[in-house]
Amino acid sequence: MPKGTGWRFSLIGMFILLSFLFLTPTLVAKLPGWWGGVFPQDKIHLGLDLQGGTHLVMEVDTQKAVEGSLELVATDLEDTLNTKNLRFKRIARSGADKVILVLYEKGTADAVQKILKDKYPSYEQSPTFDEGGFIALTLRMNEKDAQDRKDKAVQQALETIRNRIDQFGVSEPTIQREGINHIVVQLPGIKDPQRAIELIGRTARLDFKMVREDISPTSGVIPEDAELLKEKTVDPATGAVSEIPIVVQKKSMITGDLLTDAQVRIDSQFNQPYVGIEFNSLGAKLFDQVTAANVGKRFAIVLDNNIHSAPVIRERISGGSAQISGNFTEKTAADLAIVLRAGALPAPVKIIQNVTVGPSLGQDSISKGLYAGLIGVLLVVVFMAIYYKLSGLVADLGMVLNILYLMGALAALGATLTLPGIAAIVLLVGMSVDSNVIIFERIRDELKLGKMPKAALDAGYDKAFLTIMDSHVTTLITAAALFQFGTGPVKGFAVSLSLGIIINLFTSLVGTKVIMDFFLHKGTVKKMSI
Amino acid sequence: MEILGKTNIDFIGKRNIAFVISSIISIIGIIGIIQIGRGAANMGIDFSGGTAMQLKFSKPFSIADARVALHKHGIAKADLQEIKDGNMLLVKMAGAAVGKQSEMVQTSFKKEFADNPFTVESSTEIGPSIGDKLRKDTMIAVAVSLLGIILYIAWRFDLKFGIGATISTLHDVLTMVAVFYLLNKEINLLFITAVLTIAGYSLTDTVVIFDRIRENLHKNLKGAMHNIFNSSINEVLSRTIITSLTTFLAAASLFIFGGEVIHDFSLALLIGIGVATYSSVFVASPIVVILENRALAKAGTSA
Repeated sequence: MPKGTGWRFSLIGMFILLSFLFLTPTLVAKLPGWWGGVFPQDKIHLGLDLQGGTHLVMEVDTQKAVEGSLELVATDLEDTLNTKNLRFKRIARSGADKVILVLYEKGTADAVQKILKDKYPSYEQSPTFDEGGFIALTLRMNEKDAQDRKDKAVQQALETIRNRIDQFGVSEPTIQREGINHIVVQLPGIKDPQRAIELIGRTARLDFKMVREDISPTSGVIPEDAELLKEKTVDPATGAVSEIPIVVQKKSMITGDLLTDAQVRIDSQFNQPYVGIEFNSLGAKLFDQVTAANVGKRFAIVLDNNIHSAPVIRERISGGSAQISGNFTEKTAADLAIVLRAGALPAPVKIIQNVTVGPSLGQDSISKGLYAGLIGVLLVVVFMAIYYKLSGLVADLGMVLNILYLMGALAALGATLTLPGIAAIVLLVGMSVDSNVIIFERIRDELKLGKMPKAALDAGYDKAFLTIMDSHVTTLITAAALFQFGTGPVKGFAVSLSLGIIINLFTSLVGTKVIMDFFLHKGTVKKMSI
Repeated sequence: MEILGKTNIDFIGKRNIAFVISSIISIIGIIGIIQIGRGAANMGIDFSGGTAMQLKFSKPFSIADARVALHKHGIAKADLQEIKDGNMLLVKMAGAAVGKQSEMVQTSFKKEFADNPFTVESSTEIGPSIGDKLRKDTMIAVAVSLLGIILYIAWRFDLKFGIGATISTLHDVLTMVAVFYLLNKEINLLFITAVLTIAGYSLTDTVVIFDRIRENLHKNLKGAMHNIFNSSINEVLSRTIITSLTTFLAAASLFIFGGEVIHDFSLALLIGIGVATYSSVFVASPIVVILENRALAKAGTSA
């Protein structure tokens, strides 16, 4: 064996072994038990475009979370001032970042200012000003707190969505934050994407509010402490939707935060599904008080600002459990139970991108991609063998190595293979022999100058080296740019392309060279098959 | 085996014809880019925002009926395309909110094509804000990669070669845009991916030729620029063609057998590979000749 070929062959052999080792989890359906701890587990994942599934990008309306916090502050201040017997005309959120307090007298204003300073030190207080003859002042949430609140809202939304998806049951979902207020959700192989999307995107804010029977919904004049909501009912026979307007108290008696559990149950009498809910101790106490104080009155169960139902309180309910019934199918009841258990989203989310691929299309793409790849490989292999004879076969061997290493590397990284990724691999088949073409043509040049095969070989590889480097680096630059900005499938393309290019440097400069060296090392070979 | 023996073609001499052809194509490409910028070209929904769906019906249908069905349910502006193989229908709609359109399409076909059940093979809905972001990101990616290439070539060779390589790369990009614009093919993310791939790839051929030119310039400083360039191109002509040919074969196999999803993508690659070969011979090299001659003339007059 010629000098210096030993370690190069070992390196190639080692990489082949490694590739197969990393590819095993991908190729073998069920790994034996002993594989476990020591050997690699990662495998090449199929992108959603290949295995079917749903890719969602959601935008969290973070401003709403800030507004929600301000409304809580307003409610809290109302309670505080009431308990201290300080009279006020109005306390409410004002604009995007303020709470406004409208008071009757100067004297109260001084006391209120002091309270505000103690209770909300991080808020900016405005000096008092006149508003329609009353004394007013505003409390402003500072920029940093608002940012924190927004950031937290996205984080909470992410957790809540993760909870919901886990309970819904999807295998290998991906849920991650992207940018400032985007959440990316990938649900591979999901059967009923529409249902999943509704489940994930729902705010699921649950409120119990008293119905204001004293105000007519049609009067058009709604006092400030009340609001007009609608109860939607669907006629099960015709499917017709009707909306009944109902005026309710703006302030919630109890909210969904106080729930500990929600389960689907079946009404034994009518065989109708309903959702049974359990309150925590505070919720149970409140519920007990509210129902005790309001027997005979109606209260509304409000879900995301729609009245789900408005039953009459027949008796005091203690014990902390209640039920939400009416108009459910088993699926809708199950979904409501999931969202109530997982908790409400801190702010509404909007779906801004939804890519859904059916499983049969994915399968079709894989088979076509693989078929095209196979034909491509075959064409190139035959062409090289005809044009460069034995040397062409060496280049073909390099190409096969290139593909094997690339698959191994993709598996090692646990990368995701997309359809453009397959395209990149096919393209690499063509590009990987390019380096050898450049080298072989150099060698032919040298042979024409009358050099012996061994000398021509060395000169050919030497002179072609820089050219090959240059062409690889320029392709790498664009692959890097693609990786940086690309999403999903394009990223898959960029990963396959850049890995392939780097590997190709090795296979063409080391891999094929050592085989050539092996055959020509004696320097006495008179003729080269090229 | 050899495709070409020793050739002696006057490539540089034909530069005027090449420049005229390339200029016309480039101008069309620039028009195409302006139209893309204005959103007037056939934009994919990943850039414009909107909904695209692929439906598979169980029986053959007529596209006119499909249009009528959508019309009845208030979808007036939809781009419909039939894939004969397998009773498939592509529906593309621009704009509007995510979540509504795909449902509307499904209900309309469920009602109007009651005897011809269908499955949704794929559906893509993209909000306008995503499209905007993507457009910006794409511009940046294209600019960054072109700049990276210029700097690299300028560093490896010199500025004159850098300029030649950049103009020819730009030319390749413009040609791809021009062809897609003229064929009214969809400009989507996959097309941009193909364009960037070719931007990197087209330099392979250019670098091969430039390397040889530089080598010959060092060997022979006396010969006329014109001749050194011509002989260099002729010397490496066969490898220029073969490197392109192998990649072309692979891309052609994707184009023919790869299926609907990557059909246009592989078409873009085929065009790109072809034009990249042309431009390295007829655009990149003549530009460097002109720049070199100008530099020589300047040196001559100042001396």
